[in-house]
Amino acid sequence: MKLELGKININQVVIGTESKIVDGTLHICDQDIISIVLEDDRIASCHVEIANPGDKTRITPVKDVIEPRCKVDSKGGIFPGVINKMDTVGSGRTHALKGCGIMTVGKIVGFQEGIVDMSGPGAEKTPFSKIINICLVVEPKEGLEPHSYEQAVRFAGLRVADYVGKLGHDVEPDEVMTYETKPLLEQIAEYPELPKVGYVYMLQTQGLLHDTYVYGADAKHIIPTILYPTEIMDGAILSGNCVSACDKNTTYHHLNNPVIEELYAKHGKEINFMGVIITNETVYLADKERSSDWTSKLAEYLGLDGVIITQEGFGNPDTDLIMNCKKIEQKDIKTVIVTDEYAGRDGASQSLADADKLADACVTGGNANEVIELPAMDKLIGQLDYVDVIAGGFDGSLREDGTIEVEIQAITGATNELGFNHMSAKGN
Amino acid sequence: MATFKVVHYINQFYAGIGGEEKADTKPFKEAKVIGPGMAFNKALGEDVEIVGTVVCGDSYFNENMETVLPEVLEMIRSFEPDLVIAGPAFNAGRYGMACGAVTAAVIRELDIPAVTGMYEENPGLDIYKKDAYIVPVGNSAATMRKAVPAMTKLITKLLHNEPVDPVVDGYVVRHRKNFVAEFRGARRAADMLVKKLNNEAFQTEYPMPEFDNVDPSPAIKDLSQTKIALVTSGGIVPKGNPDHIESSSASKYGKYDIDGIDTLAGTNYPDAKAYYETAHGGYDPMYANQDSNRVLPVDVLRDMEASGKIGELHRYFYSTVGNGTSVANAKKYAAAIAKELIADGVQAVILTST
Amino acid sequence: MVKEIEKTGIPVVHICTVVPISLTVGANRIVPAVAIPHPLGNPSLSFEDEKKLREHIVEKALEALTTEVDSQTVFE
Repeated sequence: MKLELGKININQVVIGTESKIVDGTLHICDQDIISIVLEDDRIASCHVEIANPGDKTRITPVKDVIEPRCKVDSKGGIFPGVINKMDTVGSGRTHALKGCGIMTVGKIVGFQEGIVDMSGPGAEKTPFSKIINICLVVEPKEGLEPHSYEQAVRFAGLRVADYVGKLGHDVEPDEVMTYETKPLLEQIAEYPELPKVGYVYMLQTQGLLHDTYVYGADAKHIIPTILYPTEIMDGAILSGNCVSACDKNTTYHHLNNPVIEELYAKHGKEINFMGVIITNETVYLADKERSSDWTSKLAEYLGLDGVIITQEGFGNPDTDLIMNCKKIEQKDIKTVIVTDEYAGRDGASQSLADADKLADACVTGGNANEVIELPAMDKLIGQLDYVDVIAGGFDGSLREDGTIEVEIQAITGATNELGFNHMSAKGN
Repeated sequence: MATFKVVHYINQFYAGIGGEEKADTKPFKEAKVIGPGMAFNKALGEDVEIVGTVVCGDSYFNENMETVLPEVLEMIRSFEPDLVIAGPAFNAGRYGMACGAVTAAVIRELDIPAVTGMYEENPGLDIYKKDAYIVPVGNSAATMRKAVPAMTKLITKLLHNEPVDPVVDGYVVRHRKNFVAEFRGARRAADMLVKKLNNEAFQTEYPMPEFDNVDPSPAIKDLSQTKIALVTSGGIVPKGNPDHIESSSASKYGKYDIDGIDTLAGTNYPDAKAYYETAHGGYDPMYANQDSNRVLPVDVLRDMEASGKIGELHRYFYSTVGNGTSVANAKKYAAAIAKELIADGVQAVILTST
Repeated sequence: MVKEIEKTGIPVVHICTVVPISLTVGANRIVPAVAIPHPLGNPSLSFEDEKKLREHIVEKALEALTTEVDSQTVFE
């Protein structure tokens, strides 16, 4: 499967009466976007706000971020099985609007939506302070049940991202990258001398507010399976989940999965990148056992020499991570795990809920309990009512002068477990 | 004149005053090198000079920690040092406590580095390791000759303001600290995997911890005479979460009176006396909010109490949120809860987790 | 938490879904639960059946408390 990914750099987003892309400026008509959001009658109201890098702006509660993309001269559309009709994606050509994102914002569903600051110390912790965010601030109909609210907002974000992405259909990209993974036997034959490497991609699937979708299928019901890496760049996997903001993989993270990018960067040089094994993180022990049995079986079946395993969330998913690692290592396949830490505010506590000595190669996205003080901002997109109760917040997090003291757990993407960020932690 | 000034903290024994009979010696300072300071002074070279020694008896220090620590700090401060060495304490418990307290306080209050040495089982190690630089040393003064160079290496680096690392520089991990690495995590993972595949040396970013276990308590002989308490990390609280227990990284636990409560009703119960819910942010709260017995089985235990199967259900249950809560905090809450349970005559505990 | 309480000599039975974590953190008497969001319940059952299920798990827990163990034991 071969995908050409055309990157269109967006330097500015302007709200106006027309929607188009001219010379790196994305013009959007907010009325059009609002009507796309309000197609779903579960949403009472919506308005659109732009947050630019460097603005003294705070956005919260942030639910999901989506990079606008569209398929070009290919069959199928982005986010197949969800907002475009079911079709296998990952080949042909895709255009992506780089440097911007659709961000869904609004009253919290659960406990775990996040904060994004566009400047100041908080901005350094989140990748989303570096892109222009087109914020959809939504208000649900009164009395809407949480599952339904979560779904309504998720779909609204995807519809808008699809709409905005399509504005890039006829634009000449600034850069085109080509990614290719061949069918198994051909791929093995292409670089027979290089170690065969796979990627075990753990998806958070713990139920309401903690779900991930694969081609529209709720991943908690899947048995681990194999994807071509390029399918993920076309939106085969998307986030429907509200685990702690710091280590939730937003749809933006899935589309731009850094492990896939880095393995492609070494593909044909140091390794032979064979493909992606997706698996879930469930709430039943038998499911955890089954899923980790299958990831190790598939890794063996593909003849892999090594895998990178990434996690989403923390706590009992640490067990899924360790089970995957252990069972794969026991098949003499080398592993590197990517996780983050909950070592306490002073960093002196134990970082993971589960551990095993076979997990001897670990990359960390940092300690999510580290406390940060976020100075007051000039502008607020969304609402501050929830700062004390979101994960990472505590009684008194929000002070009268607008300063917020929280664990970085509350910052969207801060300790990402796909290895999206530069942050790490070490013994000191 | 040396570039760096160092102060050395030692106890009465190493100061040559006496053993246990002089352990009540009050703190004093002298502007000279005493005892093991000689070895350090020599090992550290001409750039570094021990300009003063502060001495305190081990018993006096431990019995008067609150007043003596500021006194000792003031004596240390008077020499305007660049770094403080304490001990090494080897396996001496009270000396270890003193060395740990002094090094931790120097780092915290004087904002200069401080290094001590302890044997791995010294009780001061666990208590002060999160702040103090503690170099593992042997269990007695007979190993002084090995301890000095090990500590000197770290001391020299700290004096020159060079970055230090527990693995490279041989000290006990103090705490985990976030930092910005040169490459993003995915690149680091891919690089690490290539090294591992090529059988080259690589360094994990998080060495796996070892968990220590405790011996099982003896079994209950007669349930019908047993008072049982319920504890949960599933965040069950009276509706409204009166203690504001956090949804994640809980900073406290709750203690709730269930005297006269037969069931932990949630929204599934139309006319309950009292309602309960979960404060936990790590799992789908819907099921617990409908019926909190699903997390904490008060209804069933009340039945068993009535039928005489168990002696008594303790009148309080304890609840905290396990989600993102550090092991150290969980330990702290559990220790406090255990103390109360014993005082209340509880004989067995059912602990539920989500 | 289990260990801190057990240290004092009071026997603790840990009812939890993720048995491997319980084993890793050092619980000595472990009873497997139903699922993370409802360890002692199953919303798909009728009220009566669900309570029976809960009774069964608590019975197991009491059995664990009255059984002498010399190492970590899972009461399935």
